[in-house]
Amino acid sequence: MVEIILTLAAVCVGLAFLLALYRFVIGPQTVDRVIGFDVLTIISITGIVLAALLAQRVVYLDVALVYALLSFLGVIVVARYLEGGQ
Amino acid sequence: MNERKSSGNRSQAEAIDARRAFLLFATLLLFWILLNGSLAFGTLTAGAVAAGAITFLFKDSLSVFSGYRIMPASLVASVRFVAFFFRELVRANLQLARLVLTPSLPIRPAIVRVHTGLKSPVGRLLLANAITLTPGTLSVEIKGEWLYVHWVSAEAGAEVATARIAAGFERYLEVMYG
Amino acid sequence: MDVIGALILLAGTVFLLLGSLGLLRMPDAYNRIQAGTKAATLGTLLTLLGAAILMPAWWAKLLLIGLFLLFTNPLSSQVLARAAHRSGAALAPQTGVDHLAEDREDLS
Repeated sequence: MVEIILTLAAVCVGLAFLLALYRFVIGPQTVDRVIGFDVLTIISITGIVLAALLAQRVVYLDVALVYALLSFLGVIVVARYLEGGQ
Repeated sequence: MNERKSSGNRSQAEAIDARRAFLLFATLLLFWILLNGSLAFGTLTAGAVAAGAITFLFKDSLSVFSGYRIMPASLVASVRFVAFFFRELVRANLQLARLVLTPSLPIRPAIVRVHTGLKSPVGRLLLANAITLTPGTLSVEIKGEWLYVHWVSAEAGAEVATARIAAGFERYLEVMYG
Repeated sequence: MDVIGALILLAGTVFLLLGSLGLLRMPDAYNRIQAGTKAATLGTLLTLLGAAILMPAWWAKLLLIGLFLLFTNPLSSQVLARAAHRSGAALAPQTGVDHLAEDREDLS
């Protein structure tokens, strides 16, 4: 039962990832791509947590934490750059 | 009001700063323990040294506790703030889900001014963050006592924006930060 | 109990999916940020909660990830919204007033 529900959740995460990726690809403006990227990374964090559950390995959670930190810094830097670039 | 602070006031202010520094230190150490999941002596010592260094090096920069009033009333207000915040977050998502699933996408966005009575920078920042995660609103810019908020369904009109958007959180943040 | 945890986790991922759908459907950058961040935040928090119910031993790390996201998600979306406005991202045609653009001259 739990396995089935987790598989369904993984399917949802995959679909969400594809939709956000589509927004990232079509833009149309740079800001839209950055928004798409931001959402993509948050979805990936959920994906990593799911992977940790399915593989039963707690180490993956450290990966998720570092990934969250890096993506946050990345988005802040790119947003700053966008403000200055105009 | 007073041109010169009396020495009594100054040592009182120092005592409050010391308590805030301790609160920051304790929070950092707690995070360290959560991250390591162990209470071994070596782990604790390393964490205490790191947390102490951060507290000392950044004692003049802003943290969540800068300007936090350490008293029972603000603890109660903090708990209520968090509870209210989560309720609003769930409401925001249900509203958003309904909006996104409606084929015609019935949005009436606007960027409105919202006035805040909060004086503390951290209080204003928390207000802006809370607004961002609550139903249909997104902080775009903070300039002094004015917040500029993007509102997805602004049918109520810009006049009532302050009351609708900010007041719910402000009553708690006022107690916590003033 | 495990089933409840798994269902909460599933609910979280459904919110993520709805958020991505909103990200795709919304007409301008600001509305996209709104759809994206709100759903992503609650979605991830629910997923973490579900995971904590399934794996109680992992609660500390899951709590840390949740707290971190709770603070950084609204910050990054706010910084993105500001960047969008400062770099002149277009507003959707159905947008009403824009007080920020009106006040922009006085501010700078």
